[in-house]
Formats: sequence, C-alpha cells, structure tokens
Amino acid sequence: MKPSLQLLDYSILQQCMHCGMCLPACPTYDATKKERHSPRGRISLMRAVADDELKISPAFADEMSYCLGCLACQTACPAGVDYSNLLETARAEVQSAGLNQTFTSRFWRAVTIRGLFMRPRLLRFAGRLLWLYQRLGLQTAFRMIGLTKLLPKDLRRLEPQCPTIATKFSPQLIRPVESPAKKQHRVALLTGCVQDLVFADINRDTADVLLANGCEVHTPPVQPCCGSLHAHNGEADAAKTLAKRMIDLFPPSQFDAIITNAGGCGNHLRHYGSLLAEDPVYAPLAKLWDAKLRDIHEWMMEHGCRAPQAGLGDLTVTYHDSCHLTHGQKVTQQPRDLLKLIPGLRLVELPEANWCCGSAGIYNITQPEQSEQLLVRKIGHVLGTGATVLATANPGCHLQIARGLRQAGSAVTLLQPVTLLARAYRKEKMTESMTA
Amino acid sequence: MPSPDPAVLARLRAIVGEAHVLTSPEDTIPYGFDGTAALKGPAGVVVLPGSTAEVSAVVRLACELNVPIVTRGSGTGLSGGSVPSEGCLVLCLTRLDKVISVDAANLTVRAQCGAITAAIDAAANKHGLFYPPDPGSMKISTIGGNVAENSGGLRGLKYGVTRDYVMGLEVVLPDGRIAHFGNACVKDVAGYSMKDLFIGSEGTLGIITEVLLKVVPRPAARRTMLASYDRMEDAAQTVSDIIAAKIIPCTLEFLDRMTIGCVEDYAKIGLPRDCAALLLMETDGHPSAVADEAEQMLALARARGARDVRVARDEAEALRLASARRSAFSALARVRPTTILEDVTVPRDKLAEMVSFVAEVAKKHRLLVGTFGHMGDGNLHPTFLTDERNTDEMARVHEALEEIVTKTLALGGTITGEHGVGLAKKAWLRRQVGEHSHDLMREIKRAWDPRNLLNPGKIFD
Ligand SMILES: Cc1cc2nc3c(=O)[nH]c(=O)nc-3n(C[C@H](O)[C@H](O)[C@H](O)COP(=O)(O)OP(=O)(O)OC[C@H]3O[C@@H](n4cnc5c(N)ncnc54)[C@H](O)[C@@H]3O)c2cc1C
Ligand code: SF4
Ligand code: SF4
Repeated sequence: MKPSLQLLDYSILQQCMHCGMCLPACPTYDATKKERHSPRGRISLMRAVADDELKISPAFADEMSYCLGCLACQTACPAGVDYSNLLETARAEVQSAGLNQTFTSRFWRAVTIRGLFMRPRLLRFAGRLLWLYQRLGLQTAFRMIGLTKLLPKDLRRLEPQCPTIATKFSPQLIRPVESPAKKQHRVALLTGCVQDLVFADINRDTADVLLANGCEVHTPPVQPCCGSLHAHNGEADAAKTLAKRMIDLFPPSQFDAIITNAGGCGNHLRHYGSLLAEDPVYAPLAKLWDAKLRDIHEWMMEHGCRAPQAGLGDLTVTYHDSCHLTHGQKVTQQPRDLLKLIPGLRLVELPEANWCCGSAGIYNITQPEQSEQLLVRKIGHVLGTGATVLATANPGCHLQIARGLRQAGSAVTLLQPVTLLARAYRKEKMTESMTA
Repeated sequence: MPSPDPAVLARLRAIVGEAHVLTSPEDTIPYGFDGTAALKGPAGVVVLPGSTAEVSAVVRLACELNVPIVTRGSGTGLSGGSVPSEGCLVLCLTRLDKVISVDAANLTVRAQCGAITAAIDAAANKHGLFYPPDPGSMKISTIGGNVAENSGGLRGLKYGVTRDYVMGLEVVLPDGRIAHFGNACVKDVAGYSMKDLFIGSEGTLGIITEVLLKVVPRPAARRTMLASYDRMEDAAQTVSDIIAAKIIPCTLEFLDRMTIGCVEDYAKIGLPRDCAALLLMETDGHPSAVADEAEQMLALARARGARDVRVARDEAEALRLASARRSAFSALARVRPTTILEDVTVPRDKLAEMVSFVAEVAKKHRLLVGTFGHMGDGNLHPTFLTDERNTDEMARVHEALEEIVTKTLALGGTITGEHGVGLAKKAWLRRQVGEHSHDLMREIKRAWDPRNLLNPGKIFD
C-alpha cells in the first residue's frame, strides 16, 4: 500500500492546533514571511489534501520540496506534532503522483537515491572513482580547460567544493571487532554512507573514543545505507528494505547499544519501529532496535565519559547543532558537555546554533538559492564568535559549512566533537608512554 | 472575493506588487484559520502590503468595490478574529515588521504594526528598558494584533496589559484615510481619547499601521518561588494575603491538579502529583526590595499551609521552576487531538470557587479539562482536551462551556479576559455587557464603518 495523506491516522494532522508557535523557528518562513512556507501552512495544505479539498499539484509538490526537513518546528511545537512523519508521507505522495519538480532534482534522485545509496559496494566504487579523478589531477585539468562550465549551473556551483573523497574507507581503518583492555559494553558501530566515503577517519575516531571508554566495537565491513535519504525523499519502500537489511546485519539483542555518529542518519535510525510497525516478522525486532540505538554523544554522556588527561592546547571552539541531532534526536547538551571534558578547551556559544545551515540532505542540490542564503548566515555567525575551531556532528553540515568557510576565505577549522576527543585520548597515550 | 476579477487583481498588484497578492489555493488555504480550534473560512485573496500608504490604497480600493477586509497579524488569535469571512480580502500585515526607534529620553518605542512582540522587548532591552506585556505567543504575535485584542500576559497584576502601554496609534480608517491618535506626552486630555477606542477593537474599526508604546526601566532583580498546596483555596488565600501585605508581585500563576499531572507526564520536573495546586510567585524590582518581599511571600505561603515552597537560588533554577507553568499549555495540548483554550475571568477573590466549579462541570460532562492561569488577576484558562470529530463529545463541551459562562457572569466576571470576542464568544457578549452597552457598541461600529467592511461578523453580527 502506498503511503498517503488520506490514509494517514487523521489525529496526527489534527494534533496541529494552528497556534503558530513554530513560525519563528522555521527558516523558510523567516525568509519569506508567507504562511505557505511555514510548518503550520504546510500542515494545512496536507490536511486539505487529506480532506479532499486540494489535489496534489505541482505547487504542493514544490512546497514539500522547499521545506528543509530541518525539524526546527518540532522542537518549537507545544502540541508535539509529528511533523517528520507528515512530511515523509506528503513527499511519498508527491512521489507516487509522479510530480517531481525540475530535471536536476529528478536526475539526482535517480543517481543517488535509487542507485548508489541502495548499493553499498557500488557507492564505495563510485567514491573510489571520484577519488581517482581528484588524485590524478583531472579535477584541476577539467577546471582549467573550462570543461566544468558545461555542467548545469547548480552542479557547477557545487563542483569546486565537491568533498574530497577519503584515501581509505572505514573497513581499511577499523577491524570488524576491536576490544578495549577492560570490556564493559558490547556495541555496534554504524559507519554511514557519506561519513564512510568522506569522513572514514571520523569513524576511526568514534571507535577510538568507544574503546577508551570500555566498549568492544563491532564494525562489519560492508553495511547497508540506513535509508534516511530514501524516507526523507518519499521512497518509503526502499527505506523499509534497507531497514530490514540493517536489522539482519546487527541483531539488536546482541548489543548493548547500536552507535551512530551522523545526526541525520540517527534520527531516521531511531524510527525503524514505526517504519516497520506493520511487518509481522520485523516489528518486534525494530522496536528493540529503536531502544538500543544511541547517538555517540548521547551514549558517551549516559555512561559518564572519561575525561582525557591531556588536552590539545588552548583552543576556542564553537558548536553548530545539526538539525536532526538537536531537533530530531533531541541531543543538544551532550556534544557540548563532551567537548568541555577536554582540558584547555574553551567552548563559546554560536548565535543561532540550531538554525539550519542549508545542507539538509540533498536540499543544497534541489533548492540552491535558499540553501546558499542559510549558509551565508551561518558563516557570519561562526566568524563572529572568534573561535578557531567549529565543531559539528553530521557529515552533511560538515561538508556544507566547510564549503562556506572556504568560500569566505576563513581559516576556521571544522572538526567533529569525537575527533577532538579522540585526539585528546591519543595525546594522553603519548604522554603516558613518554613518562613511562 | 469569491472568484477574483482579473481587473481587480491587476489593481491590487499595481498597489502592493506582483509577489504580494496571493490567489492560488496552495497560497491561500494557509490563511484560512487562526489559533482558534475548529474555526476556518475561505481566504479568497490575500494581500500583503509593505507600507501604510499601500494599506490605505488597498482599503480605498476595497471600499470602492464594496469588498470586506479581514485584517490579520500572525494569526495566533484565540477567538477567531482573523478567520476569513465569505467573499473577503485578507489583509496580512506581517511585512510591516520594523521596530522603528527607541526613545530612551521619553521612554517610548515606535514600531510598525507587524513587528513581533518579542522583538519590541528585545529592542527596548538594548537600552536597559522593558516592554512588560508578555502574551504566551509573544515570539510570534504582532504588536498590531496585541493592540487589536488588548492582550495580556503573565505580568498583568503588577504591570497591566497592552492598553496600559499604548501612547499613540496610526490608523487607516474604513474609507482609507490615515489618522493619528495620541502622542509621546504622558499627559494628554485634548478631546476624546480616540486611541482607546481602537485598543481591543479586533480589526472592526480601523487598521492599525503604527504604534507608539510606553516602556519602563528594566527591573534589576527578580526572585522566583514555587509553592504546592493540598487545597486550591489555600493558594488563592495566599495571593490575597500577599496583596493585603502591600506586596504586588509581578507573577502569581497557578496550575490545578489535572494540569500538574500532565506537566509531570511531559516534562518530568519532579512536581508532587498528589497536590491540588501549584503557585508560581515572582517579585521583581530593586534588589533589596525584592529580597525583602520574597522573604515575606515565603512566610505567608507557609502560614497558609503550603506543603512545600521551593525558592530559586539562581537564574537557572528560576527558569526550572517557571518551566512548570510555562509548559502547562504544551503539556495539555499533547493529550488529545483538539485543544480548546478558554479565558473566563472572575474577580480575584472568586478564583478558587471558579476553579473548583470548572472541575465539577468537567466531571459531570465526562470531559478532560485542565485549568491554569493568572491567579493575581483572576484570569483562568480552562483547557478542554477533546476531539473535534467526536460530535457527541463536542456537544458536551458546548454544554459545559455554557455552564461555565453562566457561573462566570453570576460571579461578576467576564467571558474573556484577554483573547477577545471574535467569532468564538459573540453569542455571550450581550448577556455580559447588557443591552444598552451592546447596542452602543453596535451604533459606534455602524457610524464608523457604515458599510460594514472591516472584519464583519466579528464581536457582533
Ligand atoms: C500559544 C498561544 C498563547 C497565547 N497567549 C496569550 C496570552 O498569554 N495573552 C493573550 O492576551 N493572548 C494570548 N494568545 C492569543 C493571541 O496570541 C493574541 O490575541 C495576539 O495578540 C494575536 O496577535 P496576532 O498578531 O496573531 O493577531 P491575529 O490573530 O492575526 O489577529 C487578532 C485580531 O486582531 C486583528 N488585527 C490584527 N492586526 C491588526 C492591526 N494591525 N490592526 C487592526 N486589527 C488587527 C485581527 O483582525 C483579529 O481580529 C495566545 C495565543 C496562542 C496561540
Ligand atoms: S522542517 Fe524546517 S523548513 Fe520544514 S517546516 Fe519545519 S522548520 Fe520549516
Ligand atoms: S507549533 Fe505545532 S501545533 Fe502550533 S501551528 Fe506549529 S505545528 Fe501546529
């Protein structure tokens, strides 16, 4: 059965009492001051569809695509409206109505969502090709002879900042099982897709932080995509298939926790229970899965993360909340507390820390203008803090903000909290072995 | 406007610009309601003007064509004031959102009507000043909407309501003329106080385009405490004792048993679920006066049998204690799909009686009702947790409301303390104010707006 607004439990729509408290939190309302571009407005359009007062139209499809899916509205909403569920249902309905915006966005959907992100090995292979292209200097050559000018405009804008693909992917950096000196917990580590391609070293850092805190880390070399991109973009069936593959690979009963270090994936990974609620075999497993799933920062603070004995020198750091970590998973304080454990590190608050940076999944490809405005706003705040390091915990934000910093010619370094912590533990080890 | 005439649309576009006239269903459906449960209407055309001159030009055009205008701020109203009526043009003022200036010498702030309430206080704050009216919606409500509803907030007892801060208004009249009322003088008795007529007029007499507001010095200190009681009467009596001791606290807010349970389910603050009332008390002002008053309030609460009084040691703890009250509405709103927030108000000494009456009525009609509100000014918010699709339950809600209104009026109270009459309460207005007063209100409206073009059908038919 195709997901649809008319079949959705009506009380989810009705839960919105149209109070408007979400409006000031919504970046697209802030940019336009039009109700249609607000959470309340979008919900009213969905309700009109459910009530058969409005047909799924190109304008409706555009509106659902213009939404960042940042879920800031969910944090602001006093009534606990499940906006994420509504948006996914609406997008799925747009998808099945075959009303799918522009050529570029169709192209990207086909390449990414239906192709690469369904097949982990293929994704790594594509990553490897991209890496070769970058390594062999073709990138520079193409740019010099102006070949990249032939790309459509949106792609051209992104191409110079196309993430540099990591030299090694996670399986080359992390063994399938790694054990600490004194084992207290047994955990699974999810390596993610973008995280694995671009930031495999961050997966290594995550493993190190876990090991330094008594966790035996299980990291199978080939892992399926979690399905979040699919669910957020209206591909519900694919999302379900991927969720089942994930549960098969990591039977939740065998672990104390299943760890994710990417905010966007984590938010989706926590909801396998509702995604697979109708599935007779997987429903109970999915429920257990949800209960075991932890964001890395959350898990560390839950178990009293050990403060490293060595610091990284005097460091002024500011922190950007990834939308899906803070609004989706409600993990807001833990990454900050984790950073504060590092000796010598001074944390300064970033103004509008939880305002979307415009990355939002593939939003920076499908809605380039709005995405760019949000990025410029974010960079302005970052530079205003005077920090030398910006910490954030989501690969999408990481790529987007790094691009913005480069564009602004800034020297601010972008690192993830686990990287800083892992470096401090390494420093500690070095100091120990030197004194020994 | 039912099927907008292309020639008319072209004229509207010529006034406000192409992008600011909305007609497609995807654009207008989101303007079909405000914050009031179960009310909606068709917003045929939505116009978003960018200046007072544009507002005036739109009103002139509407006047020429005999098209009614429903003025809208952020649409957070709780009485249906900005719900569109058949064939109307919705005039949405959110683009007029500038805080124009802060005058620290005369203690005033000048702002456009669409400025957000919280932004006005933030602008005042930069000069060490304070705009006290703080409706729960202040992060998004517009100052124009606040003036049109004469909104209150949590600080009513000590600081009053929106009316107490309006010094001047710029208003577009029903025929499009632009008029100015009031000024920056503290004293002004030249003629009728016309601005007062517009405060609380709910968009029926004119369109407020600019406001001149009074601000006050920001209080230097504040103390917060939270007391729990086994009987609502004891909480209410504590409030009377405090006032009799010549203390005017800035906040005296209460939660009833049902609300306490919901807040605890939702926020897990560690509130005692078995107590009948929680009273949040705050005093602000000069640090030494605040310390002194806080001590007296603590003693008075204990003397009235408060089971436990928690006094905040610092700002963080103050926020934690206040969050019990702040999350009341959120906690209740999650329980059922439809939340109906009422705001009957009674003289302060009748509040405890009214709260227990509401609880009895809820029980009698088998309804879930949580009551919280402003104990200092007798304003309660009985909040019905229901489901608008359940017709049987909705019928019981209406019966219960009828009984609550009757009791309120018998106690010398009012059907609305701060949300306005709009559509939701117009059936009861005549009963409360009496026929002469009601007739006079309608005569004023008729004289002012003879063709009934501004927000027709609101306040009275
Ligand atoms: C969660 C929540 C909490 C609330 N808390 C409080 C509270 O504590 N105290 C309180 O008093 N109210 C409260 N309200 C009610 C509401 O926020 C206020 O009535 C507010 O003043 C409405 O402002 P608005 O900009 O949303 O106006 P709207 O809802 O758009 O309009 C309200 C009325 O004013 C008219 N109007 C709007 N702008 C103008 C203008 N410029 N000129 C002429 N007429 C105009 C409209 O026609 C309508 O009749 C709350 C509402 C919500 C949803
Ligand atoms: S998800 Fe973000 S952009 Fe979309 S409605 Fe909510 S706050 Fe606005
Ligand atoms: S805050 Fe929640 S209930 Fe209020 S309008 Fe937004 S989504 Fe609806």
